[in-house]
Amino acid sequence: MYYIDPHIHMVSRVTDDYERIARMGCVAVSEPAFWAGFDRGSVDGFRDYFRQLTEFEPKRAGWSGIQHYTWLCINAKEAENVELSREVIKMIPEFINKPGVLGIGEIGLNKNTKNESIIFQEHVQLAMQLDELILIHTPHLQDKLKGTRMIIDMLMSDRRVQPERVLIDHVEEHTVGLAKEEGFWCAMTLYPITKCTPSRAADIIEAYGDDRIMVNSAGDWGPSNPIAVPDFIQELRKRGHPESKIKKIVYDNPLEFFRQCRRFEFTPPDVLADAVSAAEPVSAK
Amino acid sequence: MIAAVQTSPEVFEQTFLLVRARILEIAATLDRLDRAEAAESVRADPRFRQIQQGLEILLSDGFHRAAQIQEIFSDQYDPTWMKKYLTTGERPALSPSVPH
Ligand SMILES: [Zn+2]
Repeated sequence: MYYIDPHIHMVSRVTDDYERIARMGCVAVSEPAFWAGFDRGSVDGFRDYFRQLTEFEPKRAGWSGIQHYTWLCINAKEAENVELSREVIKMIPEFINKPGVLGIGEIGLNKNTKNESIIFQEHVQLAMQLDELILIHTPHLQDKLKGTRMIIDMLMSDRRVQPERVLIDHVEEHTVGLAKEEGFWCAMTLYPITKCTPSRAADIIEAYGDDRIMVNSAGDWGPSNPIAVPDFIQELRKRGHPESKIKKIVYDNPLEFFRQCRRFEFTPPDVLADAVSAAEPVSAK
Repeated sequence: MIAAVQTSPEVFEQTFLLVRARILEIAATLDRLDRAEAAESVRADPRFRQIQQGLEILLSDGFHRAAQIQEIFSDQYDPTWMKKYLTTGERPALSPSVPH
């Protein structure tokens, strides 16, 4: 089955992973800007990162026939540095209209601090001014419920925010209802210990339905599994869910959300395959 | 909601050994905690109480055990947080010079 991984940090993965996920059926990835494992020292560090996300990663993904999309921001962890954050936010418009950029993200909260909240709102402000989609990171573990509520409070207090243009990520059993009730899109991250397992994600789908929801691997430089989405597909198959339902969650839903971005262009895999084979030299056929 | 396709007995057949294994894993871990030195200090750790509350929820009925356990391991939310954090002076400026 073809699928899309709507949240994966490919800059932290090797080219072999692109090849591996392509073989599992991945046709597109979306890569939010995130924390590199250390705090960057200057706005130029982010400028280089945004160039990597918008210039090199799409090329590298293309080597495996994968379409690459990205999101720009300064992540919640580094948002503690308000001065640097403001410089980064000011620089985002330089990159926002590059092909493959889907919007502002992954913004959010990490430790639910005052500075994180201020910078979150400034990102939302930028997204509203530029009419961009928003991808939101919710905190981990004990901070998640409180942080998700705080994020929703901030979004709901801004009348310009249209919930259907916002994706709240890393939802679990205790936060999925909060996001869905208010009309936001949401996503579940398949992480072995700290987030959702494929079976719990499948349970959440059975309990909350398959509208406005997707799953991702959030594969990054930490313990994570870049082929977690196929594990989820397999779990739903084992439970006897029809292929059309599964496809809706792992393929149609991400496309429906991304299509709200005016720059979004996507070539369906069958069209792409025809184009590639047409471009092959005759002797290779 | 999309209906679960399997019946409860089917789910049970498929998950019985898995649940058994996971309960054993928890039991063995709790044994290991008690066997090791300074077990009292762990019992005084508020996180240990969270574990105990989680185990109590496992024995209850209903459809929301997972969400309830998540809530036990969650920080308290203060609905007045915004007033405390975001005083007017600190709210983001409404029009930074951003090109469209
Ligand atoms: Zn991420």
